[in-house]
Amino acid sequence: MSQLFSKNSPFLARWTAFKHDRRAAWIAFVVVGALLAALPFLVELGLGRSWVRVLNFTLLYIMLALGLNIVVGYAGLLDLGYVAFYAVGAYCYALLASPHFGLHLPFWIILPIGALVAGLFGILLGTPTLRLRGDYLAIVTLGFGEIIRIFLNNLNTPVNITNGPQGINLIDPFHIGGISLNQAHTIAGITLPSTYNIYYLFLLLTLLIIFISMRLQNSRIGRAWVAIREDEVAAEAMGINTRNIKLLAFAMGASFGGVSGGLFAGLQGFVSPESFNLLESIMILCMIVLGGMGHIPGVILGAVLLTVLPEALRYMGDLQRYLFGSVIVDPADLRLLLFGLALIIMMIFRPAGLWPSPQRSRELSDVET
Amino acid sequence: MDIFLQQLINGLVLGSIYALVALGYTMVYGILELINFAHGEITMIGAMVSLAVINLLIGSSLDLPGVMIVFMGVLTAIPACMALGFLIERVAYRPLRHAPRLAPLITAIGVSIVLQNVAMLIWGRQYISFPAIIPIQRYEILGATISNLQIFIFIFSGLLMAGLVALVHKTRFGRAMRATAQSPQSASLMGVNVNNIIAITFILGSALAAIAGVMVGAYYGLAHYYMGFLLGLKAFCAAVLGGIGNIAGAMLGGLLLGVIESLGAGYIGDLTGGFLGSHYQDVFAFLVLIIVLVFRPSGLLGERVVERA
Repeated sequence: MSQLFSKNSPFLARWTAFKHDRRAAWIAFVVVGALLAALPFLVELGLGRSWVRVLNFTLLYIMLALGLNIVVGYAGLLDLGYVAFYAVGAYCYALLASPHFGLHLPFWIILPIGALVAGLFGILLGTPTLRLRGDYLAIVTLGFGEIIRIFLNNLNTPVNITNGPQGINLIDPFHIGGISLNQAHTIAGITLPSTYNIYYLFLLLTLLIIFISMRLQNSRIGRAWVAIREDEVAAEAMGINTRNIKLLAFAMGASFGGVSGGLFAGLQGFVSPESFNLLESIMILCMIVLGGMGHIPGVILGAVLLTVLPEALRYMGDLQRYLFGSVIVDPADLRLLLFGLALIIMMIFRPAGLWPSPQRSRELSDVET
Repeated sequence: MDIFLQQLINGLVLGSIYALVALGYTMVYGILELINFAHGEITMIGAMVSLAVINLLIGSSLDLPGVMIVFMGVLTAIPACMALGFLIERVAYRPLRHAPRLAPLITAIGVSIVLQNVAMLIWGRQYISFPAIIPIQRYEILGATISNLQIFIFIFSGLLMAGLVALVHKTRFGRAMRATAQSPQSASLMGVNVNNIIAITFILGSALAAIAGVMVGAYYGLAHYYMGFLLGLKAFCAAVLGGIGNIAGAMLGGLLLGVIESLGAGYIGDLTGGFLGSHYQDVFAFLVLIIVLVFRPSGLLGERVVERA
């Protein structure tokens, strides 16, 4: 393997030539596009209808993970309360499109509002805390996540805003004009069930978020984030306004979380404070750590792995029945245990993640020598 | 007045438990600059192990007196937690001692999740009630009541803390520990075995956590696999309030946080005209944390926090 990827292997040379070939790039683009468009059909054929829903959740988590990646991966600020922004986005959607307040705005208006409100919350959290060192910041963000959840849980008296622990249900599904995405539609002879419609909506937004992430990474701001991550004092000396740039990272990450939260609310039709606990934050963090902090393909890989693997864990129940005759350990209980172990093992043996960015893995291997 | 006194007593008792847990955070942070996230979980394991032993002894044919049974429970929980603390340091933190700061923090979260879920697999998801084998007596003081359990918790944790202070300031080991906290390199040049000191610090902290776990379980009469998490966070807040890395600070911070919490929960309803109620109790610890970090990041008794390059 190492020979295959060594600096002057013929394979790598051909790969580099291929990467720089415009025509090849277009072909790859079309092939990937077609694959993504056909993915729900393939998944349903291969694994069944329920997996299309898993696919939707995978896209949702990719968006969330990319949002947190801005804060943790690019700017190097460990945020353990990211789920708070997800919750803010979800409750924005729930309040503006449900019978709870009798408001029924369409989703393309709510999602930007959710992003904006979540971004404001990001600034609200960031302003007092960004002067702190990394590990203090982690605890404060964690506390913030808990505070938001406690407020969501208790803001039903004396004025009922969030409906307390019961949560808000009967949230409007996504609809564009008169067309509801929650029904099957037939276009050009192909019937698209509701999960498929939602898949295409999520896919579009995911691609948009990937695009924004990539452009941000190579922008002046993105480079400033990385500079702050590597050495804050040096970054400041280079004329970067570290406080504002860090705040921007917080706000950006938060607004991605807000959008994902809105999508979650529309997808589920129901939100309650219980969906936004600390473990959710940690799971999103796991995705980034597992995949490769600050590296977009790595983060996507991490999100896919950590949404698909727990689903696959369900087969562990069958396996146990087959091996021992009964289910000894509920597979759902194993999920978090495995997450925790994965975090420890990854940090010790592969701190840069499964698919680290070339730059980052070089840095980390330098540290070891 | 009696409500105020009652809340003050409750706060001091709760605070002394926080202080015990906070000591574990602060000792580890003082030496390694690491937030040992799993510390709260060690508290939980302490409560769970002692509970298991207590239930076992109650069910057994040995007809031991209640105090003896609880004592046996604590005596099993302490070594179990010590071993656990040692193991955690060895497996999850020592390999990462020279890694970037984020790495041990993430393994700490991992350890915490693993411990929670192992406890859940062993003891189940439901709340387990702590058997009330020691009869609770209540005494009236100036219109407030205080139970024998509360008095015991307060005095016993005070004794433990006094013992710890003596250990750190009067013994050879304590001197080595303080030297390691100031500079691990220089300490090792002076012949201090830094690895041993760190391991013993974890073990000591875990022993205190085990005792605190039993106290929390007995105080609330409940144990749960998730109980260590919030307790750990609050204890961390207490450690920061007092000045992290500072042992006296952790004690002061713990007591103060306990008092702030119970007074806050008791009076928030009146202060906000009923808008916010006592179910916001858990918010106070974090508010205190944020306020301290913004206005006095070194805490009440801490020295100035210097960014270590």
